[in-house]
Amino acid sequence: MSTTTVAHHDEHQEHPTGIMRWLTTTNHKDIGTMYLTFSLVMFLVGGCMILGIRAELFKPGLQLMNPEFFNQLIGVHALIMIFAALMPAATGFANWMLPLQLGAPDMALPRLNNWGFWILPPSAVLLTLPFTLALFGIGDGALATGWTFYPPLSIQGGLGVDFAIFAIHLLGISSVLGSINIIVTIFNMRAPGMTLMKMPLFAWGWLITAFLLIATIPVLAGAVTMLLTDRHFGTHFFNAAGGGDPIMFQHLFWFFGHPEVYILLLPVWGFIPQILQTFSRKPMYGYKAQVYSLWGIGALSVVVWAHHFFAAGMPVPALLYFMYSTMAISLPLAVLFYCWIRTMWKGSMSFETPMLFTVGWIILFGIGGLTGLVLADVAADAQYHNSYFVVAHFHYTLFAGGIMGIMAGVYYWLPKMTGHMYNEKLGKLHFWLTAISFNVTFIPQFFVGLAGMPRRIPDYALQFAEFNMISSIGAFVLGLSQLLLVYNIISCVRGGQKATDRVWEGAVGLEWTLPSPPPYHSFTEQPVVK
Amino acid sequence: MQGMKKLGASAFALFYSLSARADYTFNFPEPVTPMALDTLHVHNKFMLITAVIFVVVLAIMIYSIVKHRHDKGYKPVVDKAPSTAMEIFWTLVPFAILLLIDFVIMGIPAYHSVVVMEDTRDQSTMVIKITGSQWRWQYEYLDGDAKGIKFVSNLTTTNGQMHNEEDKGEHYLLEVDNPLVLPVGEKVRILMTAADVLHNWWVPQFGSARVAVPGFIRETWVQVEKPGVYRGQCKELCGKGHGYMPVVVNAISKEEFAEWANKKQEEQKAANDVKEMTKDELLAQGKTVYEKNCAVCHQVTGAGLPPAFPALTGSKIATGPIFGADGKYQKDSHLDRVLNGKGVMPAWKATLNDTEIAAVMTYERNALGNAASVDAVVQPAQVKAARE
Repeated sequence: MSTTTVAHHDEHQEHPTGIMRWLTTTNHKDIGTMYLTFSLVMFLVGGCMILGIRAELFKPGLQLMNPEFFNQLIGVHALIMIFAALMPAATGFANWMLPLQLGAPDMALPRLNNWGFWILPPSAVLLTLPFTLALFGIGDGALATGWTFYPPLSIQGGLGVDFAIFAIHLLGISSVLGSINIIVTIFNMRAPGMTLMKMPLFAWGWLITAFLLIATIPVLAGAVTMLLTDRHFGTHFFNAAGGGDPIMFQHLFWFFGHPEVYILLLPVWGFIPQILQTFSRKPMYGYKAQVYSLWGIGALSVVVWAHHFFAAGMPVPALLYFMYSTMAISLPLAVLFYCWIRTMWKGSMSFETPMLFTVGWIILFGIGGLTGLVLADVAADAQYHNSYFVVAHFHYTLFAGGIMGIMAGVYYWLPKMTGHMYNEKLGKLHFWLTAISFNVTFIPQFFVGLAGMPRRIPDYALQFAEFNMISSIGAFVLGLSQLLLVYNIISCVRGGQKATDRVWEGAVGLEWTLPSPPPYHSFTEQPVVK
Repeated sequence: MQGMKKLGASAFALFYSLSARADYTFNFPEPVTPMALDTLHVHNKFMLITAVIFVVVLAIMIYSIVKHRHDKGYKPVVDKAPSTAMEIFWTLVPFAILLLIDFVIMGIPAYHSVVVMEDTRDQSTMVIKITGSQWRWQYEYLDGDAKGIKFVSNLTTTNGQMHNEEDKGEHYLLEVDNPLVLPVGEKVRILMTAADVLHNWWVPQFGSARVAVPGFIRETWVQVEKPGVYRGQCKELCGKGHGYMPVVVNAISKEEFAEWANKKQEEQKAANDVKEMTKDELLAQGKTVYEKNCAVCHQVTGAGLPPAFPALTGSKIATGPIFGADGKYQKDSHLDRVLNGKGVMPAWKATLNDTEIAAVMTYERNALGNAASVDAVVQPAQVKAARE
């Protein structure tokens, strides 16, 4: 950039309009908006898939679909929710908020940022295209192995598996590019005076997430590539007849898969305390303790993977090691819970929608965490493993702990992003409907799992019928309530009461010093942090 | 409070009326093995501890939510980090409690459970081998009274029930033709493997589950303490029939077991005797074998589900020549495919006996719209010869 443009930088608000603005943009807010929009669309797509499943499971018998199609829906639902809904939502917030929170003009690597986003839509197409191709008689539909790709089933599978493998490659590249950008931004673009231990917790959460992604995505990419060569080029990595081992895939997959859980949760753990301090009107408790705990969880997350397949068989010392190391995660997590609640304690709390989602999030994520602790027990895991108990457990961590956290963030930052206040009444209605119907959906799944219903079955024995019916009703209410979220966001973008710069009475941090919405180029002069 | 109680009671009543038919439960089903009993204890203890933690923490939160409100004019305090020795001590107490729960209260019993669970050999009195395949279980007794007994266990729930054309039976999807028979009170060592993809042999009342891995042997054990029929399912996604491969175990007394073993051994010997059969006999038996084993992929009509599962009607393999000029079966012939499988098609040589293979092949070559011009009838003796 030449010196003359720098001189005129303040007035530089023009940019291409229409579709070209979005295709060519390197602006962190535009890209953040695209990530968040993509995430919302895919959240609805993945949601429709699971409503198909819940409709089929409404009562015993095969009503709506054959088992092949059922198997395709469950796997693609999971991949879409994890890779195309939850992860892009967190990346969207990172794009929007990290430069604002760190006092930077933009992300460090804007072109890479653009590329990182535009890889996502093609990969979503790759994931879902086999459904459409099957309608025209090409192939036999999408990936039908569940999202975990376990061989030898995935070696038997049709072209849906290949499509999913390439989709994973693209999604992985996108995540790694995003992570590099975030790490570089955090290390280089902080405002003068903002030492690492002064930066907002959201940046810490994302920094650790980014390192975890860079450490584990290549392992996943390698594992699915080995699967691809086993499928088409005659290798035998996962075939015992050729000296391979199907269980090796599970080790590789979960070496990525377990940290992935924390990849989804760490950004949320970053901004939840910021929301808590805003609405408790009191600085977050134990900032340093939280930073160290986040690091502790990040480190532990890469050494506990085998607890996902205790039942696959491993030596006793390995069982014991993975059991005890998994239990150890409860220690840093307990510190976080303590700090969250201590932030609320003797604050001056008010309960606008973001705070409602945050409090609901703490309670429901708590249930996910506690049931996770008992799942670590190897002997009991033989029963829980692959039963609906596990399904309920990870939806408490990933829907309640992940998506409800994201929703708290959406309501918290929406006025800052759009410059308008959302409709508080509808926001609260959305919270209550979501929280209640979520529990109606998943509490019965704990019981039905304990009673002996395996996951991923298209039809079930009669003793599971009542709980499944309740769960399906809950799921439909949960799904329909999300239309309120869509309505709230759209109406907030279109207009509404003007938001102030600070938006919330108790908000602290650099993002609240800018106007709402912030100018196209965030900080033209670097703020100084004391 | 009274109102809450009424609300709770009516919700409970509603729940109960919904479940007039079912014996639903909020916990594990009644354990019948030492391992399942142990699991139930671990589960109950853990649930109690976590429930107490949850309720205490929730109570503190709710107290704070009610008390420390902006609209009640509550002024926020300024937090201080723990600094005095006393404060640091009290900060460390929750850590100590958590460590105690994790690694002592839960950790020590868990250690013993794992050691017991993994000890498959000590005091075991018999060994059976379980092979999972798409989508049925195969059982084989390797020693003792029942040595050599080997059979396949298939789902018997009818298609009509699954598609809501008939009323569903009491054990819908959890019923089989040949249940595994086990003697009560004996520690049975189980060797687990699979023929094609991963499976997991699971009976909730036994508390043991182990993934069956093709090409590897995994071990577990059961010791059923109470006579009865116990039902479970495969719990590792294994393809389109994953929901249709139930486990049924019939646990009987040792005496009854010895009797059963004797009878079964003789039956099996008779079935393995190879004798010349007429075409009609082969067709009749072939139809049964076909519908039990083959129809799930190739369909009852033989139309298949292309492209994954090819049609048998008009198939070159199912109507073409089997035996070459030397009298041996040819590569990629019908018999080769049935015996040895290829790709998704499983190998049946370990699952079906000579008579069954001869019968099902004769059926496929003369029914399903086919009329093979060569090798129209396959005799059990020919299959037996082909195995050698």
